[in-house]
Amino acid sequence: MKYRDEYRTPEAARAYADAIARITTRPWTLMEVCGGQTNAIMRFGIDQLLPQEISLIHGPGCPVCVTPIDYIDKALEIAGTPGVILCTFGDMLRVPGTHSDLAAARARGADVRVVYSPIEALAVARQHPGHDVVFFAVGFETTAPANAMAVYQAEREGLENFSVLVSQVLVPPAIRNLLERPGNRIQGFLAAGHVCAITGYEEYEPIARRHRVPIVVTGFEPLDILEGVYLCVRQLERGESSVENQYSRAVRRPGNKPAQQVMQAVFEVVPRQWRGMGEIPESGLGLSPAYRAFDAETRFGAVTGQDEGRGECSSGAVLRGEIRPDQCPAFGTRCTPEHPLGVTMVSEEGACAAYYRYRRQSGGPSHE
Amino acid sequence: MNEGSGDHCPLANDDQEVVKMAHGGGGRAMAQLLDSLFRPAFDNPWLERQHDGAVLDMAGAIAFTTDSYVVRPLFFPGSDIGAMAVHGTVNDIAMCGAEPQYLSAGFILEEGLPLAILRRVVGSMAAAARETGVRIVTGDLKVVERGKADGLYINTAGVGRVVAPHPIEPGQVKPGDRLLLSGDIGRHGIAVMAAREKLDLESAIESDCASIAPPVLALLNEGIAIRCLRDLTRGGLASALVEVAETAGLAAQIREADIPVREDVSAVCELLGLDPLHVANEGRFMAVVAPEDVDRAIDILRRHSVSEATVDIGLFLEGNAGLVTAQSLIGGSRVVDRLSGEQLPRIC
Repeated sequence: MKYRDEYRTPEAARAYADAIARITTRPWTLMEVCGGQTNAIMRFGIDQLLPQEISLIHGPGCPVCVTPIDYIDKALEIAGTPGVILCTFGDMLRVPGTHSDLAAARARGADVRVVYSPIEALAVARQHPGHDVVFFAVGFETTAPANAMAVYQAEREGLENFSVLVSQVLVPPAIRNLLERPGNRIQGFLAAGHVCAITGYEEYEPIARRHRVPIVVTGFEPLDILEGVYLCVRQLERGESSVENQYSRAVRRPGNKPAQQVMQAVFEVVPRQWRGMGEIPESGLGLSPAYRAFDAETRFGAVTGQDEGRGECSSGAVLRGEIRPDQCPAFGTRCTPEHPLGVTMVSEEGACAAYYRYRRQSGGPSHE
Repeated sequence: MNEGSGDHCPLANDDQEVVKMAHGGGGRAMAQLLDSLFRPAFDNPWLERQHDGAVLDMAGAIAFTTDSYVVRPLFFPGSDIGAMAVHGTVNDIAMCGAEPQYLSAGFILEEGLPLAILRRVVGSMAAAARETGVRIVTGDLKVVERGKADGLYINTAGVGRVVAPHPIEPGQVKPGDRLLLSGDIGRHGIAVMAAREKLDLESAIESDCASIAPPVLALLNEGIAIRCLRDLTRGGLASALVEVAETAGLAAQIREADIPVREDVSAVCELLGLDPLHVANEGRFMAVVAPEDVDRAIDILRRHSVSEATVDIGLFLEGNAGLVTAQSLIGGSRVVDRLSGEQLPRIC
């Protein structure tokens, strides 16, 4: 398959792994920001090809994982309101709220529907004028343009029965937050290619300069990730810290301007609570005043309360890259995908789920 | 129309007619439905006798299985619920090393289901049964109120004569036994998902729904030492493999590069965040055979269209019971596990 299979050839993977080994003279700790990259690393055993000196740690790049529990609780409350149809992406269904999850709410009779895009939720609103249709808008900069477009379209059509529960987050402020934490050990980043396809990477340049970390915009195929690691290590070995673009087949420095324009028209930058990381200033998107009528928090009451620190789950430390999933005492015993203690074990993109799915029992090296 | 009045045939104009509660009431409407639709379609002496059950003459070991079919939508590219209900049960019997012979069919119909749809489904079942040489010899019909079912559900049970000279089950698998896969995986699950979610795919992905009894019987007839067989339905190859390895008390190793996945199926899986190893099939199976029989078994399987793309994908070996590892495309290794929960599309 063009644009995929050529990024999965074993010979090229081996060549990259050898090249990385040749230039590595000491230990380096890199963070892959995106949950999709974490998954690919585990699925293809990419970390097993790297020299022992390279430690990959997993970042907060799973949109489901970083959504605070209060938003799940709010979504559950809205789904339980008579006359409401709650539309959501599939991976939100099993994320535990304080007392339940959306899959259980659906089983008890709530009208919760899985959609593949917010435009589908809009269609549900058109088909059911007597219902309040709420779309749970979760995600990074990758989902924001389509979510913004749905709101924009709803406004143009005068669809009064449509609203969005917004938990949209932005990656660069989270990277800054991680670098500013005491005891930070991240020396380089593989930035998420899909996010940068929308935003470009100008915003990453001051971060790389100020914190003296190389940041390599990286794709999701095995060879993308290996090349991203190579470029990152090469900068570290040379004492450089700039932004490089490994994923040039999809990412341009200025990003996708029309997508940015619709985001900027519909959303405004707001402070956001991140699961495991607390509130980060200017790290999220909320509906701008002109579109606030479509905000589910306006219609159903605001999300309140603070996140975190509940129970035995260490997902906060996993999301901050402080521990590896299998270093959590509950991993694979009291916490499994069937009985998850936290969201990092639930989400397809979650680091704990990736470890459980691909690495449990195999005894392969994980470089940390 | 006055339901069940008997003054005209309820199927006279079945483009407009729908299933009514009376069709399940045990009275005249039901009798007319059975006489005009089911008996002619399934046409065999056992049904003609109109008895409460079928009396079968079977000697020796019998394989017996049952399954229920609740797929939505009822029709999807490449197949439909009727053909699935026949092939699924036939395939389960074949996996026991038996020749499928007789099926029962239980229908749960939703009030309001157009009779034209029922006719299509029954016709498809009858065609699948003819093609696979099984007889549908007894059945049941219930009607539930509108809104209580997705149009119709089917339960089929089946029996077949065991032809394998020794048990075919996970307990027979030994270290060193090889694992054959009868063709590409993932087509059925993606075809149904694409139809259900109205994904507008450029290429038509059709279900692989088919009977896999002929190649299995050919293996047995030619004396291949089959240790175990498994059709790869819900949970896909991964779940079947883990289950067999667990029961056998062995580990298994597979090579991802050798597992055929069609390009369009693979693309949709990438898009939706699904692992093809977890996606359902309806015409695929894995066969565990003794190492000395591998080449001959592949040769026999490749003579049948349903298994013409059979490949050797790995082997069983001593190790943690149920631990299945895959050598990844780029040379790393990973654990292959059962599917957790239901398959759900991801955000990004």
